[in-house]
Amino acid sequence: MIVRGRVIRGGEARGVALVSSAAISFYGGVDPDTGKVIEKGHPLEGRSLAGRVLVMPTGKGSTVGSYVLYRMAKQGTAPAAILCGTCDTVVAVGAILGDIPCVDRLDPSGIGDGVVVSVRGEEVVIGE
Amino acid sequence: MHLDDDARRLLDGAGGDAARKSMEILVALGTIYDAGRLIPVRSAQISGVSYANLGDAGLELLEDWARDGRVACPSTLNPAGMDLVAWRAMGIPQEFADRQLRIVRAYERMGVVPSCTCTPYFAGNRPAPGEHVAWSESSAVTFANSVLGARTNREGGPSALAAALCGRTPEYGLHLDEPRAPQVLVRVETVLPSAAHWGALGVALGRLAPGRVPLVELRGEAPGSAGAPAEEHLMALAAALPTFGGPSIFHVAGVTPEAGRYPRPADGAAVGPREIDEAFASLDDGAEPELVFVGCPHASLPTLRRVAGLLGGRPVRRTLWVATSRAVREQAAREGLVAAIEASGGLVVADTCFVVAPLAGRFRSAVTDSAKGCFYARGPNAMKVRLATLEECVEAALG
Repeated sequence: MIVRGRVIRGGEARGVALVSSAAISFYGGVDPDTGKVIEKGHPLEGRSLAGRVLVMPTGKGSTVGSYVLYRMAKQGTAPAAILCGTCDTVVAVGAILGDIPCVDRLDPSGIGDGVVVSVRGEEVVIGE
Repeated sequence: MHLDDDARRLLDGAGGDAARKSMEILVALGTIYDAGRLIPVRSAQISGVSYANLGDAGLELLEDWARDGRVACPSTLNPAGMDLVAWRAMGIPQEFADRQLRIVRAYERMGVVPSCTCTPYFAGNRPAPGEHVAWSESSAVTFANSVLGARTNREGGPSALAAALCGRTPEYGLHLDEPRAPQVLVRVETVLPSAAHWGALGVALGRLAPGRVPLVELRGEAPGSAGAPAEEHLMALAAALPTFGGPSIFHVAGVTPEAGRYPRPADGAAVGPREIDEAFASLDDGAEPELVFVGCPHASLPTLRRVAGLLGGRPVRRTLWVATSRAVREQAAREGLVAAIEASGGLVVADTCFVVAPLAGRFRSAVTDSAKGCFYARGPNAMKVRLATLEECVEAALG
């Protein structure tokens, strides 16, 4: 299945989907050294974002989160791509700083956790 | 969003890597907010300076960008995590200081003035009415929009830096007329005699009309009377309003430059003594203060004069810190005010503030005349707080 969205940061990536039902704060909510979500009570608490195609409704939290995404990208702990319902500025800026493909305004309901997803510009291919 | 040839050149990398990334950021923001075009900015105010907030991630990025990034408009810097000169007197560890200085030097290599203040309008960066700027730091943004009549969105650190390096920002939000128009009429039916009271008004507005642009009408005092707001009062409201859920612009009838420019909203709310008392009570954790702090936003010269006058040469019994900009500190020093406050045992720190300095665990409780200061002392620094007038703060310091 192919869905289309709006390109926030262009590029190509492929990875296993990790779907979050809640927004993620990269500053304070994610450990940049491990890529793991550390926010208490978050649906993805303890899960690693590294190399995954992260699917979430939006980002939240301090603008310092953009720098955290950059650092994760440099250390190899960043998501391979980020797909959002509505992209916020913290994630948009972080995706650009870290060269992480990012697409928003798409319906994520067809993307199941663990499915292989390919991102090519505005096009998101779900499944092999 | 329409891009001219210059913008396309930067996107293609003709201006270097930092400018290319910066233009990508501006285009992404323009896309998200449906901006039609990029507009030139006259200045930038850049947050994201304290090593306590940026960490090694921010330090690495800034040093990368400083290799080829140069600002395209006058640009000033938000407070750092320490006084850049007297950091040892603040008890800042050497390792923190080394990294903090590297951050400031990276900004300096990009051509940013290391003003390290949240009041750039007292340090040579004071926009004229109608000028478009790209500022971060919510209190400065709100002061620029509301009191100076300049136009800026509430930028984050990276987007303000991107605007500085490109000299442009996407045209949306508070750069346009309509989002600046008041949405709720607020009648203030009590006297607001101090900056602390104006901060309390910001707390009350955030609760009564979250996110809505207020037109404040002062009924408790006649315009032009001795009770008319001083610039310090408007600074306190500009700091409190966005901190407690309000927007980055307000209007005060008969006082701020755009108050009469838009239709008067019919929808109304009233703030009386009860609402102000409740705001003060919401910022009183009932603890004896270990720290007295003044200067959130950074203290103006008149505020430093008042602190020195209220101390009257008497020795303090509690730790008293007054935060200000390097620029205002130098003016105050020439008047003998720094020497007077420090002779009483107070410390006049520059370049930093209580919001961004690593104070967690140093003090358990604080009293301040800043509602915004209370919010951040509670949060990252885990202190018990109390909002009080400047007179009460100095009395608390004297014990």
